[in-house]
Amino acid sequence: MENVNLTIDGVKMSVPSSYTILEAARANGIEIPTLCHLKDINEIGACRMCIVEVEGARGFVTSCVGKVSEGMVVRTNTKAIREARKTTLELLLSAHDKKCLTCVRNKKCELQTLSEKLHIDGIEFEGEMERHPIDNLCPSIVRDPNKCILCKRCVSMCKKVQEVGAIDTMNRGFKSVVGTAFNKSLGDVPCSLCGQCINVCPTGALSEKDATKDVWKALEDPEKYVVVQTAPAVRAAIGEEFGMPIGTLATGKMVAGLKRLGFDKVFDTNTGADFTIMEEGTEVIERIKENKDLPIITSCSPGWVRFAESNYPDLLPHLSSCKSPHQMFGAIIKSYYAEKEEIDPAKIFVVSVMPCVAKKAESEREEMKVNGLRDVDAVLTTREAARMMKQAGIDLSNVEDETFDNPMGEASGAGAIFGTTGGVMEAALRTVSEVVTGKELEKIDFEEVRGEKGIKEATIKLGDQDLKIAVAHGLGNARKIMDSIREGKCDYQFVEVMACPGGCVNGGGQPIHDAKTRATVDVRALRAKALYDADKSLPVRKSHENPVIKEIYKEYLGKPGSEKAHELLHTHYHAREYFAE
Amino acid sequence: MSENNEKCACGCNGHDEREDKVLEVIKECKYDKSQLMHILNETQNIYGYIPMSAQKIISKELGISMAEIYGVITFYSRFSLEPKGKYNIAVCLGTACYVKGSQSVLDKVKEILGIDVGQVTEDGKFSLEATRCIGACGLAPVMTINEEVYGKLDPSMVKDILAKYE
Amino acid sequence: MKTIEELNEIRENTLKEISLRKDINYKGNEKHILVCGGTGCTSSHSAKIIEKLNAHIKEKQIENVRVIRTGCFGLCAKGPIIIVRPEDTFYAMATEDDVEEIIEKHILNGEIVERLLCKDVDGGTVKRLDELNFYKKQKRIVLKNCGMIDPENIDEYIAFDGYKALEKVLTSMTPEQVIEEVKASGLRGRGGAGFPTGKKWEFTKMAVGDQKYVACNADEGDPGAFMDRSVLEGDPHTVVEAMAIAAYAIGANKGYVYVRAEYPIAVHRLQIAIDQAREYGILGKNIFGTDFSFDLEIRLGAGAFVCGEETALMESVEGHRGEPRTRPPFPANKGLFGKPTLLNNVETYANITQIILNGAEWFSSIGTETSKGTKVFAVGGNINNVGLVEVPMGTTLREIIFDIGGGIPNGRKFKAAQTGGPSGGCIPAEHLDTPIDYESLAVIGSMMGSGGLIVMDDSKCMVGIAKFFLDFTVDESCGKCPPCRIGTKRMYEILERITSGKGEEGDVEKLEKLAKNIKASSLCGLGQSAPNPVLSTIRYFRDEYEAHIKEKKCPAGECKAMTKVMIDKEKCRGCSICSKNCPVNAISGELKSPFEIDQNKCIKCGVCIAKCPFKAISRV
Repeated sequence: MENVNLTIDGVKMSVPSSYTILEAARANGIEIPTLCHLKDINEIGACRMCIVEVEGARGFVTSCVGKVSEGMVVRTNTKAIREARKTTLELLLSAHDKKCLTCVRNKKCELQTLSEKLHIDGIEFEGEMERHPIDNLCPSIVRDPNKCILCKRCVSMCKKVQEVGAIDTMNRGFKSVVGTAFNKSLGDVPCSLCGQCINVCPTGALSEKDATKDVWKALEDPEKYVVVQTAPAVRAAIGEEFGMPIGTLATGKMVAGLKRLGFDKVFDTNTGADFTIMEEGTEVIERIKENKDLPIITSCSPGWVRFAESNYPDLLPHLSSCKSPHQMFGAIIKSYYAEKEEIDPAKIFVVSVMPCVAKKAESEREEMKVNGLRDVDAVLTTREAARMMKQAGIDLSNVEDETFDNPMGEASGAGAIFGTTGGVMEAALRTVSEVVTGKELEKIDFEEVRGEKGIKEATIKLGDQDLKIAVAHGLGNARKIMDSIREGKCDYQFVEVMACPGGCVNGGGQPIHDAKTRATVDVRALRAKALYDADKSLPVRKSHENPVIKEIYKEYLGKPGSEKAHELLHTHYHAREYFAE
Repeated sequence: MSENNEKCACGCNGHDEREDKVLEVIKECKYDKSQLMHILNETQNIYGYIPMSAQKIISKELGISMAEIYGVITFYSRFSLEPKGKYNIAVCLGTACYVKGSQSVLDKVKEILGIDVGQVTEDGKFSLEATRCIGACGLAPVMTINEEVYGKLDPSMVKDILAKYE
Repeated sequence: MKTIEELNEIRENTLKEISLRKDINYKGNEKHILVCGGTGCTSSHSAKIIEKLNAHIKEKQIENVRVIRTGCFGLCAKGPIIIVRPEDTFYAMATEDDVEEIIEKHILNGEIVERLLCKDVDGGTVKRLDELNFYKKQKRIVLKNCGMIDPENIDEYIAFDGYKALEKVLTSMTPEQVIEEVKASGLRGRGGAGFPTGKKWEFTKMAVGDQKYVACNADEGDPGAFMDRSVLEGDPHTVVEAMAIAAYAIGANKGYVYVRAEYPIAVHRLQIAIDQAREYGILGKNIFGTDFSFDLEIRLGAGAFVCGEETALMESVEGHRGEPRTRPPFPANKGLFGKPTLLNNVETYANITQIILNGAEWFSSIGTETSKGTKVFAVGGNINNVGLVEVPMGTTLREIIFDIGGGIPNGRKFKAAQTGGPSGGCIPAEHLDTPIDYESLAVIGSMMGSGGLIVMDDSKCMVGIAKFFLDFTVDESCGKCPPCRIGTKRMYEILERITSGKGEEGDVEKLEKLAKNIKASSLCGLGQSAPNPVLSTIRYFRDEYEAHIKEKKCPAGECKAMTKVMIDKEKCRGCSICSKNCPVNAISGELKSPFEIDQNKCIKCGVCIAKCPFKAISRV
């Protein structure tokens, strides 16, 4: 790539010709404010915060989309620019529900930060505000359009990346609002509930449905035996909420924090993941043997499951019948563990800390009950768990590491990598391969399914057999694979799908980073690396070698795929119909 | 929504021929997503508005999300989500008509019918809209009732004109 | 599929039939009755007149007379308009009841129906169209065929040199030569901004792309402008031909015309024109046997002013919400479906065939130094000759309003003229002698715009007018960028406050500050120009703003919150006309003694003021 020379605010610089003015400025330490810009996803130049003066140009130039050119002279900080930006921001604030002190995004809001940076000391042009009802009817996501600034980052995420299209811009002009068709609740439209919209929202217009109050209530109830389990991706991100660098693996601190909150037991969902591998691996082997409903597709990601139920009801038999790891683990806790510890399962309250908001809705599904009891009673996102700790005065960066509780605290490295794209596939391959061939793998790292490529394909040798596999993350990529199955053009036998781009490490319940951080730091790769490091450091790296798993099968479940296993660990799906009249 | 009441009561077992017409329009457009505006315009012509059932058909056939279709419909003022009255009154608020006093004509219509712009009278007879320049500036101020154009109006004429439609 | 020779044959044969329309010395015994079928005259039932004329002709078995439904003649105020040719008799405001007399007297007996002849503003009766002051200072290039031909008949278009320019271009000019000719003509975009058309063509030609498009902006959104609609209704083929020429010049094979669905007649006639052109092989593959192929498609809008903005238009053509895109990239490089696209508006295209046939030199000899050719204005509001006017650039506002437009009716005084619609400004009397071109209008705080020209008399409140336009902008803003979405709303709120008597000291300065920043920051032309009506009225009528704010008075007496309608007891004769006309029954009294207005009931509509024969009622 050729370089071009330009001057920004008197600073001479040479940058690749593909750069936008914004990128050139950032690369040289010059800060230009942005609100709507989201690199590669929402580059629409709508918010007008990033305007700059370019010599010779008619009017201000939108620096987030305007490219650099040779000899360009740019000024980002003139009186006219400052005044224009300030007026625009004041106008935005005049139509914004400014409940900052009680907002879920207080101190983590890009609008608030910008107000501080631009030194907004009053709003000159107050006026009427459009009032919209808050949608809090759906079990996963709350939408408050009164805090929406119409940057459309959520719309682009939903439409272009996830290709779900549950939300869009409605109406025109001052009445514009981001919403759903016919103003229905998110739960009543084909929303996958992945929550990626929350992660890109600069304000508090989108958030998870709060479960902290339910969890506090359970913790305060002396009758309840409150168990918490944590998904693999949570430990790779929760530290960020307490100022630790992105990619910090904070397993021990997280466990310590949860124990201080007063949970009776802190278990590891990675163990649940090991169950999943045992069950799903068996299912894979059987389906391939019978050549039935191939490819078999993973079902750990509830956003993905809901997406399939909404968009591909005809292809539901392809989905593995396995519950997701935390649901499996919840079922085990309320059966095996309850029996073993002689606790009334009705008194057990299982809390899952998840990087995910779709899991909130998943845990409420009718199918996710055994003997009338929910497998999981409450789902907290990583953010909510951190919020509870902060509320309880726990500073995670200053606690001593602790370990998960036994007897079910032990998990394999295979379970750890469940939290990143390719991880479920890799974990499954480690087990399936050894079960099919009866031989120990020489190399257990399946590099071909790692990394950030949207759809990763590979052919794996299983003895004399070839296994054709694919890994897709982000629902837009999942759609490509599903369409090819529908068209009969798909020759994969086993497919992993995770709803969120990058997998659970980048889930809709994870700590949120502003657009600039997203543009300049590969957040999900850093978090994924933490999980791969965790895998490497563990003595047991294959699910079928986890002694806890072996024992529970021996003592309680029998073989993988047994009747008992099906009763507790498997589920079924149903087509979803929307906009019924 | 009053969709169900809209369905045909002629004994055709609820089969709505208007849906066939929408399907036909989509087919004529070769399922081309970029023809959405044309398809919506035609749907509006077929029903007089664009009901949810038609949006579902369009969404399914073109592979465009319901949210996007709804977003397009609510962007353009010609598209309507609700049935209009039997007689749709449109008072021109283009500049030429405004300068000649069309606002007071509109106010008079509102007063007589007891509805605001964008509403339908309770009996479903009249709906009211304010429109931008229908191009009959020589007759300003003008209003239309369905296809009929009434020009050179003043508020005192409104009552007699509306009476013709009672 | 027709060859060039066949086309020439059609041209000759048709010209024989219709030459009498242009030839005042025609000696034959044929007569053509031209009836305006534009939207204005159709609204006043010209279609029924045509029906009746044909019925009478058939019934009386009259030969040698044809009735033609044409496009707009321009003088909409006198519609429905009927012209009898070759003698060029101009009947105005006819109804279907007049048809029999026209047939009996004029057609059968050669006697002109005097009572139907058009009366000029000065009171004189004119017999012929070109005797009207209205037409004297006009020059028709864009509208040359409007009112002259049957727009639904391709042969008539061909007869008056139609498709000759395309033939010339395809058989004797290179694309470069075409672009050079357009550049040399000095033609600038008639959509409002006035970008040099030839340059635009050149940019699109130079753009790299496997597929290019030409597009026509027929989404005339200015409420009060109807030039483009009239061209499409009166002479649709000229747009088809010009787009084919443009496509040849830039290397496109496909074109789109984006028309408002609110223009059903224009859409209908354009579709007929496209179908006919296809049938003749003028659209389609290998036009005139050359390598050049081109076809055209209509795309409909659905009521969004912002879709007149070029990038919003493209979004809409692609089936999306009409939200503008950032520029650059410009449509010349990345337009429709991401491909290089040339977009011009209807009036711009309507100049092209004449430039090709008569040469750039001829065209550039018309107009001013920087603005060449003519401009069509839709003149409306408080003016006698409401209608469509085409004048050479450089004509003054005074000429348009007083010579052509016949001045202000009802003995009122001129107060301001508004050009450029919601993007333009109000021009006061002191600037009436400004010669109209792109630059001079900008200097006085307005803009050419697409050609709406609304005249306002001294009964109009300028703050009210500014509010009217801001109401429009708030309604039509797409909502994508905050300066326009929220800023125009805030400006409207301030204006609303001022006009309802609640204005505060400093409101004008607030408006100015908002206006400045909305203009500077908005994403597209709509927002960048939305404050203009406010800024120009503040500039020229600041005292009116101040009177509203400081004295809580509306000098024009139009702002209802600040005025009362009162009956002068001295002047009132108790005739009861006011009370009969009052729409809310607010006036009562005994006959022959002074009447009174119930201020609680009065809606201040002003009907009584207009109806009082003794000028006893006024706003105070």
